[in-house]
Amino acid sequence: MTAQPVRTEPAPREQREAEAVHDRLERVWRNKPGLWGWITSVNHKSIALRSIITAFAFFALAGVEAALIRVQLARPENSLIGPDKYNQLFTVHGSTMMFLFAVPVVQSVALYLVPMMIGTRNVAFPRLNAFGYWTYLIGGVLLYVGLFTNTGPDQGWFSYPPLAGPEFSPGKRVDIWAQMITFTEIAAIVAAIEIIATVFKQRAPGMSLNRVPLFVWSMVIMSFMVLVAMPFIATASMMLAMDRLIATQFFNPAEGGDALLWQHLFWFFGHPEVYIIFIPALGMVSSIVATFSRRPVFGYTAIVLSMVSVAFLSFGLWVHHMFATPLPQTGQSFFTAASAMIAVPTGVQIFCWIATIWSGRPRFTTPMLFVLGFIALFLIGGLTGLMLAAVPLDLQLTDTFFLPGHIHYVLLGGMVFPLLGGVFYWFPKVTGRMLSESLGKLSFWLLFIGVNVTFFPQLLLGMAGMPRRVYTYTADTGWGPLNLTSTIGAALLALGLIVLVVNIARALASEPNAGADPWGGETLEWAMASPAPDYNFAYIPIVHGRSALWADTGALEAVSGLREDRREVLQTTMLDAEPDARHEHPDPTVTPLLAAIAVGITLIWGIFDPIAFAVGGVLAFAALIAWGWPRPEKPNTREIMEVPQ
Amino acid sequence: MTWTGSIFDTAGTQAERIARLAWFIIAVSTVVYVLVLAATALATRRARARTARGELADHDPATEQRLGRHVLLATALSTILLLVYVTVTARTGRAIAWPTGAREPLTIEVTGHQWWWEFRYRDSLPSNWLSTSNELHIPVGRPVRVILLSNDVIHSFWIPELHGKQDAIPGHRNTMWLQADRAGVWKARCAEFCGYQHAKMAFDVVAESPGRFNQWYVSQLASAQPPTDTSAKHGEDVFMQRTCIMCHTISGTQAGSRVGPELSHIATRPSIAAGSLPNTRDNLARWILDPQLIKPGVHMPPNKLSPGDMNALLNYLETLK
Repeated sequence: MTAQPVRTEPAPREQREAEAVHDRLERVWRNKPGLWGWITSVNHKSIALRSIITAFAFFALAGVEAALIRVQLARPENSLIGPDKYNQLFTVHGSTMMFLFAVPVVQSVALYLVPMMIGTRNVAFPRLNAFGYWTYLIGGVLLYVGLFTNTGPDQGWFSYPPLAGPEFSPGKRVDIWAQMITFTEIAAIVAAIEIIATVFKQRAPGMSLNRVPLFVWSMVIMSFMVLVAMPFIATASMMLAMDRLIATQFFNPAEGGDALLWQHLFWFFGHPEVYIIFIPALGMVSSIVATFSRRPVFGYTAIVLSMVSVAFLSFGLWVHHMFATPLPQTGQSFFTAASAMIAVPTGVQIFCWIATIWSGRPRFTTPMLFVLGFIALFLIGGLTGLMLAAVPLDLQLTDTFFLPGHIHYVLLGGMVFPLLGGVFYWFPKVTGRMLSESLGKLSFWLLFIGVNVTFFPQLLLGMAGMPRRVYTYTADTGWGPLNLTSTIGAALLALGLIVLVVNIARALASEPNAGADPWGGETLEWAMASPAPDYNFAYIPIVHGRSALWADTGALEAVSGLREDRREVLQTTMLDAEPDARHEHPDPTVTPLLAAIAVGITLIWGIFDPIAFAVGGVLAFAALIAWGWPRPEKPNTREIMEVPQ
Repeated sequence: MTWTGSIFDTAGTQAERIARLAWFIIAVSTVVYVLVLAATALATRRARARTARGELADHDPATEQRLGRHVLLATALSTILLLVYVTVTARTGRAIAWPTGAREPLTIEVTGHQWWWEFRYRDSLPSNWLSTSNELHIPVGRPVRVILLSNDVIHSFWIPELHGKQDAIPGHRNTMWLQADRAGVWKARCAEFCGYQHAKMAFDVVAESPGRFNQWYVSQLASAQPPTDTSAKHGEDVFMQRTCIMCHTISGTQAGSRVGPELSHIATRPSIAAGSLPNTRDNLARWILDPQLIKPGVHMPPNKLSPGDMNALLNYLETLK
């Protein structure tokens, strides 16, 4: 690393020279060929894309589980699925959606797009990034090996002891769950560190913090939340695993432990978790609203401050998941008030988007439709959330079907809709191909109607007294028709997603036709070719305002002085993004995979025998030695660059 | 459509207050929802029209300032609404936390078990302590203090017609107050996921006039009458000599185990298997023969009885009034 300043020069350059630069950069930045190249890749786009695909694969699996649950509940006293299978299905459905889909997918979208939006060539710690993906994959596969061998966790996705403890859940089911949590928490924390370091140190010159795109802000805020929240669940899941494997008694009341301790730890993570999923979605909404309203989002500062306050407040709400436990009255009112408070910054953001559309010149493309659908659905999620935050009413509604109804409005409306909008919006950037607008609108309407037909009846069922997590109910309850309606809605949802898959398959089979900037985007990712080259930017751009591509300055100015014969990235200062240093990034390597395998062996073998932690410690140490082994000095293939004027 | 156990089908002081709060929040939320969607619709319509006229997006300072005022106004309005919401909620919370009226409360200790309910009525006279299972009787118009306990996993006690739920957590003692304001018979269900048979962990609730309640109480306090006819006597032998005695209590006999539900007055109960089957001779026979068919995972083992023994056992159980 050298602290040499770099020189700025105007772009564009001459075509021939540009091609030569491209060739040189391509040679340096591309993955190695073949399977080996796939395994050793440290490119942020390669890894993020496979992570996104993995997350959607888990989404599909969890969707199938949800469909089975809905079929079982479609009529009273259905005997299709017994309690043992049913409990595994809903536990794995919830755990998959929260830990293997929602968090990984938003983080992966960030790891894909953030470097492009802030004008750099890779994430800050490329090997750590690869390591994060491999641990996530191992954790996810572990859960599904469990499910398919009839060892799927069956204690519910929030795993309350003593039910999840050794006495009432013998066998390995809960252990598999606890270790899956540990794997995914490692991956989530790693990704958060990546995002924070990348954004704080690798922004393009001129992109001071007050010019960072809202999308990037949302990802930074989410990452800080991950850093605070995830250690709580990782600790809790370790304590649970220890209770189960080596007879510590943290959660066993008979031995002086406390069953409620788990609930505090879990929800101190679990409530922010919802916002960890939701805040990145807000970033996607802001990107889409800006581009399709053809103006910057109204109230940049207000939106950033709102997201920050949502992040802080979300750590003060966890007790509203525990209103039915013994708690003092005053404490409960505090948490009701905190829950009401978080509605204010959330409202501010919705108002700002409406103002943006109002004063913009919007195009109602599929991504924009998903944003409008987001407002209509998420608002139901938010308002039903206020019903649940009111202590007395919560006592009636909690643990009923109102809960799944509410959380699905929040998560499908608040996160999946913006995410799908994002899929339509960024698909051309990732693949170079456009998705069909007509098929896109078809899947939007199927999904929009599907969400309402599936989950509104669940809100009613909760008020009608149907507890959640029951594998069957009798006909005399009168809950049959609403349950059948909900199941029909689930079929609509499935249909909408199938249309989306067809749309993607058709687009992938077609010729690339999107061009660099099909939508007229605001942020830097649209300045490069689609799909983006391995090195992102041939010249690191210089940013002069919040809307990097909408500034009236003509062509983008660019930085020169970065080496083209090594993986060099430009580091800038944290606040003002002034050029600070050049930093050489590592070449492709297999060591992150080896480290992940060492962690995998430790945690999975550890389910069966504590000796694994000793052996695994040695393995992980060996992998880290290989990882950190000094690289041989590279020969200088180019003269040291000219001294800037 | 008829639902059993709707939170709006109230029969008690607490549930009534909660239902009123629910309607208030639903009404305000609906208004807010309609307003926000209307604003969104207006914004898109206006923007569409402007696009059609070929106007550019405007974000000049004057427009931004105007938009800012509107956003601020909307934020201020929502803040005021939320303050009202917090106040109303806190008032309802206070109102349901304590008993109403000055009448001597009835204290019932509720213990959740995987997957049945145990009720113990406390009294200043220990000889008046009463223990029942899966059937809760309460007098109308008298506050009831419910103390919630558990010895295995977390359960949740919930009679939607009377009050919201409270958890029964091992190692903790949770208390709630409820009061029935009219007579009625309801089904209550466990609300916290508690394992295989969470779905079939219900109990019957009977709210009745104080007079009838006292009658019931006295009859339940009495020990089971020894059977008189030979078949029932044989049935009693079957009960005492097979596995039944290992888990169940029948007062006045040697059967005194507390592992399973108490059966001293089983013949008077409306349902068996923790509220999941009507209490008929047929169902009882099916249940005793193979409970796993009806509640897979339940802790009661199958009982391979000869038809003669089964018949006698059923005759005996039917005498337990």
